[in-house]
Amino acid sequence: MQKEYQTITEISGPLVFAEVDEPVGYDEIVEIETGDGETRRGQVLESTSEFVAIQVFEGTEGIDRNSSVRFLGETMQMKLTEDLLGRVLSGTGEPIDGGPEIEPDEERPIVGEAINPYSREYPEEFIQTGVSAIDGMNTLVRGQKLPIFSASGLPHSDLALQIARQATVPEEEEGDDDEGSEFAVIFGAMGITQEEANEFMDDFERTGALERSVVFMNLADDPAVERTVTPRLALTTAEYLAFEKDYHVLVILTDMTNYCEALREIGAAREEVPGRRGYPGYMYTDLAQLYERAGRIEGKEGSVTQIPILTMPGDDDTHPIPDLTGYITEGQIYVDRDLNSQGVEPPVNVLPSLSRLMDDGIGEGLTREDHGDISNQMYAAYAEGEDLRDLVNIVGREALSERDNLYLDFADRFEEEFVQQGFQTNRDLEETLDLGWELLSMFPKEELNRVDEDLIEEHYVEGESAETVEAEE
Amino acid sequence: MSQATESDVREDGQIESVSGPVVTAVDLDAKMNDVVYVGHEGLMGEVIEIEGNITTIQVYEETSAVSPGEPVESTGAPLSVDLGPGMLDAIYDGVQRPLDVLEEKMGSAFLDRGVDAPGIDLEKTWEFNPEVAEGDEVGPNDIVGIVPETPSIDHKVMVPPDYEGGEVVDVQSGDYTVEDTVVELDNGEEITMHQEWPVRSQRPADEKQTPTTPLVSGQRILDGLFPIAKGGTAAIPGPFGSGKTVTQHQLAKWADADIVVYVGCGERGNEMTEVIEDFPELEDPTTGNALMDRTCLIANTSNMPVAARESCIYTGITIAEYFRDMGYDVALMADSTSRWAEAMREISSRLEEMPGEEGYPAYLAARLAEFYERAGYFQNINGTEGSVSAIGAVSPPGGDFSEPVTQNTLRIVKTFWALDADLAERRHFPAINWNESYSLYRDQLDPWFEDNVAGDWAEQRQWAIDVLDEETELQEIVQLVGKDALPEDQQLTLEIARYLREAWLQQDAFHDTDTFCEPEKTYAILGAIKTLNDEAFEALEAGVPVEEITDIDAAPRLNRIGVQEEWEAYVEELEDDMTEQLRELY
Repeated sequence: MQKEYQTITEISGPLVFAEVDEPVGYDEIVEIETGDGETRRGQVLESTSEFVAIQVFEGTEGIDRNSSVRFLGETMQMKLTEDLLGRVLSGTGEPIDGGPEIEPDEERPIVGEAINPYSREYPEEFIQTGVSAIDGMNTLVRGQKLPIFSASGLPHSDLALQIARQATVPEEEEGDDDEGSEFAVIFGAMGITQEEANEFMDDFERTGALERSVVFMNLADDPAVERTVTPRLALTTAEYLAFEKDYHVLVILTDMTNYCEALREIGAAREEVPGRRGYPGYMYTDLAQLYERAGRIEGKEGSVTQIPILTMPGDDDTHPIPDLTGYITEGQIYVDRDLNSQGVEPPVNVLPSLSRLMDDGIGEGLTREDHGDISNQMYAAYAEGEDLRDLVNIVGREALSERDNLYLDFADRFEEEFVQQGFQTNRDLEETLDLGWELLSMFPKEELNRVDEDLIEEHYVEGESAETVEAEE
Repeated sequence: MSQATESDVREDGQIESVSGPVVTAVDLDAKMNDVVYVGHEGLMGEVIEIEGNITTIQVYEETSAVSPGEPVESTGAPLSVDLGPGMLDAIYDGVQRPLDVLEEKMGSAFLDRGVDAPGIDLEKTWEFNPEVAEGDEVGPNDIVGIVPETPSIDHKVMVPPDYEGGEVVDVQSGDYTVEDTVVELDNGEEITMHQEWPVRSQRPADEKQTPTTPLVSGQRILDGLFPIAKGGTAAIPGPFGSGKTVTQHQLAKWADADIVVYVGCGERGNEMTEVIEDFPELEDPTTGNALMDRTCLIANTSNMPVAARESCIYTGITIAEYFRDMGYDVALMADSTSRWAEAMREISSRLEEMPGEEGYPAYLAARLAEFYERAGYFQNINGTEGSVSAIGAVSPPGGDFSEPVTQNTLRIVKTFWALDADLAERRHFPAINWNESYSLYRDQLDPWFEDNVAGDWAEQRQWAIDVLDEETELQEIVQLVGKDALPEDQQLTLEIARYLREAWLQQDAFHDTDTFCEPEKTYAILGAIKTLNDEAFEALEAGVPVEEITDIDAAPRLNRIGVQEEWEAYVEELEDDMTEQLRELY
């Protein structure tokens, strides 16, 4: 059924149009052989009884009207085996680490099927990332998709690496073996620079994480269209490892902005009606088909947790890429330019950050009884302190009341002591929460209106607020 | 989704082209909006355009590997839903296929394609208790019998609206399946417990009336400031992370409707799972039964096919209308209507239609209006009264309310709950902005609140609004000169407004007690703050410095009323303490 054609009629950007006399399936894989014997792979974007539109992954350079087109009669598949762990693959899934060919146990179409919402299990197992700003304030749970909203020049990679390195599920660590608590890491790079890629690879090798990782590399100089398949290969692998082989998988995708640029490029080449800022109208659906491939399934051991990274063009979170992402993912972590220039590591701005699954993943029996209250109280106090900073710039600190000054001090200490911890420090949850209490104890007890009274009695650190009380009296 | 029987399938056509969810076919004899089966796998689709010999179809399932030349079959009938006992406690996809049945049929947690299933169980037997006897005259929509469907809800079996009606000649009683005839009429019409209705047409009703009863939500800011009526319409727009979904869930959990239809349109899978796991365990505050007993879920998550996302809103409102015909008050939540509008845009752009504003099709406003118009408080044909309240979440890109979906929605709905990212950031939940939001039902609902809760309900609310308005103005000054530069009475107003925000407007959806606040408690909390206000201003007039007034240690206890189960005694004691402490100062 592998019929060959030499009927290319049009080549435009990443697209090739060819006439056919037999029906070709939508989404099918195509091989195009150029005059000098090189083979390019592509995918059918539109199929009619007379012609097909093909999106070529590796660029259309060198393709001419005499090139031959071969339809393989199947949609794109990922070769899957547990032996993928430890391997480095290209953006189209071919080994590039010099290792042996992949001998698959199974092949699966990379356009994953949607998980039946009825079959899902609600994610509520706390993941300890060792980062206070995340664990304490925006808790990550297994099966969640929590993107990092960053921008050019910010250390989002360091944060992602820190999470990949430190992420564990605490309870299981105390059990008989800690095999279950370690994550298999799937790393999908889309259009990042060689240097950035090296940073990740070095860290993986240094910490030995490579053994439990699968790396997909599409670098900045690789064809842009290839980027549209890289995350799908990565997620198909993740689903296989999670739901067939019982791994807990952490998928890091970077940089989603490059992925969306590639979508726009294809859309423009097809002369589609563009949506906002030239991105295709179906970008929401397309992104959802990636992000929604995170989760847990009832009756299965494993889980897929996603941390996509995206750089916001112009630090603007109303740009379509972060905007659509935020509507699909279960929260977001903001990396902040101001905090970064203050030297806070990791520079996480907790105010706009959010973890939607936090409320069900924390509290008594899951983390600690006081977790939710502390987090709420610190949010409120930090937000108030932040607000006052604007005012201080105008009227100066002296003009503010004792209470306001206290909030300002809190905001400073919150950034310097709670958020700031360094990319190499691993704080466990107890430490994070106790640190929270230490900071909150700056306030007199009556100010802690979001914390249960019994919890205040139990955890309040006496003496911390002494000076203020004296000052008031 | 109702299944076509073999005999319905008519002329065959052939696929001409495939591009994502849009397929064209030639030689297909089909009417506009007919349901068709596409390809060898029989993927379900709907006719959306006919031009000459070419029929354009939107397909509700993934179209990978479908190729030109494959057959297309028309069922000759428009997209319809199955209506009958068995819809409550169910969870459907956008074309009313039960997701639990799909899981079983596909044998996998992933949604395969080409599998169909009826919307209600055709084999299960239900206990039919007739309400008519031989010789009675019945007309369209008349209730002929009752089926105890769940502990909360009696399902009323009605004569289908498109029947002529006549004299009853035979009535059954006892256990039957939904396809067995239970009542027979003299003109030969046979009535079963099962009927079908095309989703895109409104079910007929006698008259739409002005709603005068509130849909009590148990949320202080909604009941207290921006109430919605039973049969009303509301929009909840807000940027991501501002709490649209939590607000929708709170309404689905606590609103005093008889039936809740919850449509998850293009949203997160895990959120639907949360509803599926939570609702069976939660108690309906009015009946004490499981919440799921009154709930019908429609889940078309963001990664499920886009065409089914377009239809899920219609599936939901048709089911809602069916229960309305039985005389129930139905609340329909649609989360989110923006995803629905985007699905329309996606299909429209694949059809290469001329785009309107921001690429949305020109008929966007008409479709939105059509949907919200299906809500209302109705006098039904069978003499009962029922209502459908429609509450739609809107997800404006970048949180910008000037975009087409928000603007076109605002032109239709009468209640607007504006969610605010700033409030959400400081964890003020529900993050409903009290300056921007409005409810046009206030006046028509006030008599109900005055009769059922407190005589001065409207007056006290106006006081709260005034204080909050004044705070907004004062805050602008404070931003410039600082709080201490204000005169003492204004400082006190700010303090009172702070309690209004913290003790009254804020509500913890995750706290066992605070999550639901009956109108009486809403009134009492506001009353306590007003007591503080009145006493404090008297103290100020008597010459007590404002610092001393705001320093009394009883006042912060206001913030704890929300979490008290025995709030009556707590409020009484607190009011006494505040009064006493303030009077001691002078």
